[in-house]
Amino acid sequence: MLKRLRKKPLSLIGLGLIVFFALVALLAPLLAPMAPNARDPYLIPQDGYTSDPTPPSSKHWFGTTEQQYDLYYGIIWGTRTAFKIGLTIISMALLVGITLGSLAGYYGGWLDEVLMRFTDIILAFPAIVLAVVIVAVLGPSLSMVVLAIALVAWPSYARLLRADILSVKQREFVLASRALGATDFWILTRRVIPNAIFPVLVVASLDIGSVVIMAAALSFLGLGAPMGYADWGQLISLSRNWILGTPQNPLQFWYTAVIPGGTIFLFVLGWNLLGDAFRDILDPRQK
Amino acid sequence: MASYLIRRLAMLPFVALGVTLLLFALLQLLSPEMRASLYVKDPRQLSALESVIETYHLRDPFPIQYWTWLKQILVGDLGYSETARMPVAEAIKAFFPATFELALTAFVPTLLVGIWLGTKAAVYQDRPLDHFSRFMAITGYSLPSFVLGLLLLMIFYGRFNILPPGRFSLEADLFIHSANFTPFTGFLLLDSLLNGKLWIFWDALKHLILPAATLFYNSVALLIRITRSSMLEEIHKDYVRTARAKGVEESDVINKHARKNALIPVITSSSLLLVGLLGGVVITETIFNYPGIGRWGVNAAQQLDIAGIMGFALVSATLFVLGNLAADLLYAFVDPRVRLK
Repeated sequence: MLKRLRKKPLSLIGLGLIVFFALVALLAPLLAPMAPNARDPYLIPQDGYTSDPTPPSSKHWFGTTEQQYDLYYGIIWGTRTAFKIGLTIISMALLVGITLGSLAGYYGGWLDEVLMRFTDIILAFPAIVLAVVIVAVLGPSLSMVVLAIALVAWPSYARLLRADILSVKQREFVLASRALGATDFWILTRRVIPNAIFPVLVVASLDIGSVVIMAAALSFLGLGAPMGYADWGQLISLSRNWILGTPQNPLQFWYTAVIPGGTIFLFVLGWNLLGDAFRDILDPRQK
Repeated sequence: MASYLIRRLAMLPFVALGVTLLLFALLQLLSPEMRASLYVKDPRQLSALESVIETYHLRDPFPIQYWTWLKQILVGDLGYSETARMPVAEAIKAFFPATFELALTAFVPTLLVGIWLGTKAAVYQDRPLDHFSRFMAITGYSLPSFVLGLLLLMIFYGRFNILPPGRFSLEADLFIHSANFTPFTGFLLLDSLLNGKLWIFWDALKHLILPAATLFYNSVALLIRITRSSMLEEIHKDYVRTARAKGVEESDVINKHARKNALIPVITSSSLLLVGLLGGVVITETIFNYPGIGRWGVNAAQQLDIAGIMGFALVSATLFVLGNLAADLLYAFVDPRVRLK
């Protein structure tokens, strides 16, 4: 598989971008050290309280947003936030999706029917709409954004795994285990799931880019991270008041939108480039 | 076809039941005082919530509450939205045409450009046009609408000052709401022409271009991809080779033979396109301060206007379910294999 990935230069760029962001996230304390008296590294230090953003300088490499939040610090620690959010949402959604999807696929019958109709209902909403509703009801915060997106994301994983299990459970090695008297639980966890889970894991891990976009969108809409938290969506929302510059320099505040916007674009681009390559490899029709 | 239609329509009440149950169950996390706005018909009732709670059984067990609410919404009583300052049903009527106009303005070019570029990309595989289409697709997926929208605003509003946010200028706003203007449809582009006011048409168009372009860019990616891959599959099939061997013109082979079949998966995935548009509308309307369903929903969510949130969710789900239904029926209509199953 790696060999075939190597043949696609674009996927290598994607991999490079993700490795780069992963390094930034890991090395955040070195790249952007916390202020000595700060308690929470995810709170961006403020340099004064002036309302106007300031352009990039030697003191603030990427400039500052309104109310003087340092953009460089926000971007670096925001990378950690992005990975944390993405990985948490995907693992939560996978946990629920795998559990319910395998139960539905393996046992079938009324359990399957009930679970699948439930996924139908969740999938009757555009994901972001249901996520907005859930966050509004639970109370806006970053952890509720994570929970809400996981709640709208699991049904597609459950369905994918269920479909794979339907075919795996008919195979000879499963029938053989059953003939030898293995329990359902043993067959499901040791034989069926390990043989059906791979596509779901690939699809889900490549969804990290899109769930990070959705979380950033909710933060942008003011339903996620609180003011001053190192989160890309929140940083972009801070630029909304600075679309207009001065008549002499109309694009004066470009950095408030371009820097956080460009960062999230590159992050998602990385996942999508990698995702494309995997999709081509997994899809035999595209050869 | 008729039996397929009946089977498909018979599912609708169950989906509606499920959707309302899910939403209503979610609301149980909130106190009765907060949910009371769902039942308010007149803003004056907002100061006497206790009587609303009594009347509509808000402290009673779930089934009783749900039944009371369901009877309400079936007659179109959706409560009072504090963010819109009007009853929810009226708010939907007021905001929906704006959203529909925006979505349609984005949808038509998405469909035309997506199918055209997807076809060309497949025909000229691995040539410059194909690379361009891939660039469009991958950046369309990766550039979030709230980033693209802000950048477009900075350039075309901030720098060049030609395409402003909102839905109309102040002068147009005053004129539209005066006695000289008759709102026939609620769609501004159409109404302005029907009233013979070209300057209003121009004004509305200027406000529509940027949000529509944002929606377009994010949704055309999907269409390019699906058309390209399904077209690639078709042009290697036997019947295409037969057509070529018979000496059919290459343009006819592509446009009449291959593309007709290649568009079948495009129809099935148009529901995905619909999700993209509906979801995109939520964010795009907020960035461009465009007064539609999406911006209303976001405002309601930010200010915990429960009646507004529920109205927004119900409208979105209805549109989405009906859109899916339309896609399925269209699919069965063009592909006889589906309806015979």
